[in-house]
Amino acid sequence: MEAYLDNSATTRCYEEVKNIVVKTMVEDFGNPSAMHLKGVEAENYVKEATKEIAKTLKVQEKEIFFTSGGTESDNWAVIGTALAKNRQGKHIITTPFEHAAVSAPIEWLQKQGYEVTEIPVDEKGNILLEKLSEAIREDTILVSTMMVNNEMGAVLPVEEIGKLVHEKNAQTTFHVDAIQAYGKYRIYPKKWNIDLLSVSSHKIHGPKGVGFLYVNEKTKIQPLILGGGQQKGMRSGTDNVPGIAGLGVAAKKIYSHIEENVSSMMELKKYFAEELLKLENVEINGPEVEKGAPHILNVSFLGVRSEVLLHTLEDMQIYVSAGSACSSHKRAGSATLSALRLTPERKESAIRFSFCEFTTKEEIDYTLEALKKVLPMLRRYARK
Amino acid sequence: MYKAFLIKYAEIAIKGKNRYIFEDALVAQIKYQLRNVEGSFRVVKEMGRIFIYTDGEFDYDETIEALKRVFGIFSICPAVVLEDEGFEKLSQEVTEYVKKLYGEKALTFKVNTRRNKKTYPMQSMEISSALGGAILDACPNMKVDVHNPDVFVNVEIRNKIYLYSENIPGPGGMPLGTNGSAMLLLSGGIDSPVAGYMIAKRGVTLDAVYFHAPPYTSERAKQKVVDLAKLVAKYSGPIRLHVVNFTDIQLYIYDKCPHEELTIIMRRYMMKIAEEFAKKDGCLGLITGESIGQVASQTIHSLAATNDVCTMPVFRPVIGFDKQEIVDVALKINTYETSILPYEDCCTIFVAKHPVTKPNLQIIKRSEEKLQEKIDEMMKEAVETAETIICE
Repeated sequence: MEAYLDNSATTRCYEEVKNIVVKTMVEDFGNPSAMHLKGVEAENYVKEATKEIAKTLKVQEKEIFFTSGGTESDNWAVIGTALAKNRQGKHIITTPFEHAAVSAPIEWLQKQGYEVTEIPVDEKGNILLEKLSEAIREDTILVSTMMVNNEMGAVLPVEEIGKLVHEKNAQTTFHVDAIQAYGKYRIYPKKWNIDLLSVSSHKIHGPKGVGFLYVNEKTKIQPLILGGGQQKGMRSGTDNVPGIAGLGVAAKKIYSHIEENVSSMMELKKYFAEELLKLENVEINGPEVEKGAPHILNVSFLGVRSEVLLHTLEDMQIYVSAGSACSSHKRAGSATLSALRLTPERKESAIRFSFCEFTTKEEIDYTLEALKKVLPMLRRYARK
Repeated sequence: MYKAFLIKYAEIAIKGKNRYIFEDALVAQIKYQLRNVEGSFRVVKEMGRIFIYTDGEFDYDETIEALKRVFGIFSICPAVVLEDEGFEKLSQEVTEYVKKLYGEKALTFKVNTRRNKKTYPMQSMEISSALGGAILDACPNMKVDVHNPDVFVNVEIRNKIYLYSENIPGPGGMPLGTNGSAMLLLSGGIDSPVAGYMIAKRGVTLDAVYFHAPPYTSERAKQKVVDLAKLVAKYSGPIRLHVVNFTDIQLYIYDKCPHEELTIIMRRYMMKIAEEFAKKDGCLGLITGESIGQVASQTIHSLAATNDVCTMPVFRPVIGFDKQEIVDVALKINTYETSILPYEDCCTIFVAKHPVTKPNLQIIKRSEEKLQEKIDEMMKEAVETAETIICE
């Protein structure tokens, strides 16, 4: 049996996604910018995808811009805003547990002379709203927060944050990194005062290498990729038609049955957490199980190094992640785990399980059985 | 401009009756390294030297890169090939070549002429002095020094005329295949690939063994070692890498022996297993990347304790190197970047906070007695179940 519990790293493509990707690669492979029929055919795929995505967010089609993925969307949101608003100010607000796709460009801006305020979070990953309110100033050009933390599954109240931001300063751009949230929550940028919203395709059963940034029509942002003027000059480069078409299909499908998916994921997560807590020396990290995102559960198995447990489980075809797959390239350890002030013991033994709509109870049971089997052995051979 | 290469070799030249063995090995290695280079090459032994002739277009930079990986080469002299069209024409070509190569530099030089084609109307000395004069006229900053010149301008007159002056240093050493083979204990670190390279440089072909400890070391750690073996193989030729699953033995030692002795005992068994593979592969020695005092398991006491189990000679070419000296070689042979990838190797996973640094052999042996029940069977299994990967 195989249990793929690393869906926050990436997901398997839907069959329908695969089909449209193949079709737009080998049959309708035209360049949407071409004037002939092949171009028009291809353009229709892009239009269709744009329409479906706009519908899921209740925004206008002209407010969706396709990118090469979540990282580009985040980079563009942060740097593009800073460039467009450098006359208004140089102050940026963020949180200490953003994904590197947001924190790294912010750090870069800091080196260019921008001032950055980090709003602290508590042990459960809750953001302290009054601190945010205090931090917003006249020269604050950007507030950037994630909606769902990728490692802990903590959910930020972006609706409240959006309201607060625009009440304090209507000129401040509010960017939401929704890469782990899109497809798990209904998100309404217009109602929630969100100006920019980043989404990645491969987290919602779409292809890799594509994503989008929602840009409110009134929001100023400087394009970063210049060239042939595609996407109204906001993001040049030949449209990634297979990617975009695949993303469109994935978005449409995931939102067509979001409620039942989310509730079944939440049920599984609750069951999994309950069973895990019956074992000894297990701690759930981050938010309370029901308050967190339905698909992410972060657990510390005290006394077992996460890497070792990960490779043990891998041997039994159970795939999980230690911290976050994206941060595992660095030895430094995860910023999220540090932001939540976990003890070193909990940090070293933290494992992230992440689900999707295809996750079954059988996979969870199989994983529980495996853990019961290997944990005593692994604990016996600890580093002294 | 260059159409041929003269290969100068180092120690082979002083060999006696065996010389042809070394030269043939060198020719074979040159052909091997040039196999993937764009162009067509002829490698021939000629008048006590090795020449490489090219036919048609070839990639000069790639050729030099490849030749720099052939052990036994002292230096590479790219040569211009000219038709014999009279001395005047030759003199013109030589001065142009020297001007192009050295420009306005103030160097001392000497012209060396070898006249193999005895029908050429001038004698060697005559040719040298006439060409020297022509160079002096053309390059006013250059001076003749027949005793200790900065550069030689070599002219060889055969059916065609060969002109060379540049000396590109090769790696030195001895041609591969002239000194048997040895078994390298390859970890994922910086030192062991360097050690393998240094022994291969003496003409020794390599096989390697790596101790894998899943789930404590990851699939990526193993991949890293395979990648390192491939990088070393660029110099040493194909390496047979044996990947031994070492976890059970490690855990058994952990269960039975004092924790602070774990690393030493583990290394003793690694040596024993490596020696098994060495025997199987017909190797005559083991190679490690140990350097005195670098870590607890490499104090002179620890080295003595580890060495005690070996019946074969153990070569430790970096034994007297400081870390930085090893790093310098690793950078030169391009293994450094791979070596520093952060995957844990099996030596560090259970390492004690305070491992013994001066192990007493008697005590270690007494500890090992506690392993008697199962260890032989486990070693046998480790050897039998090892995976062998050809790295080239």
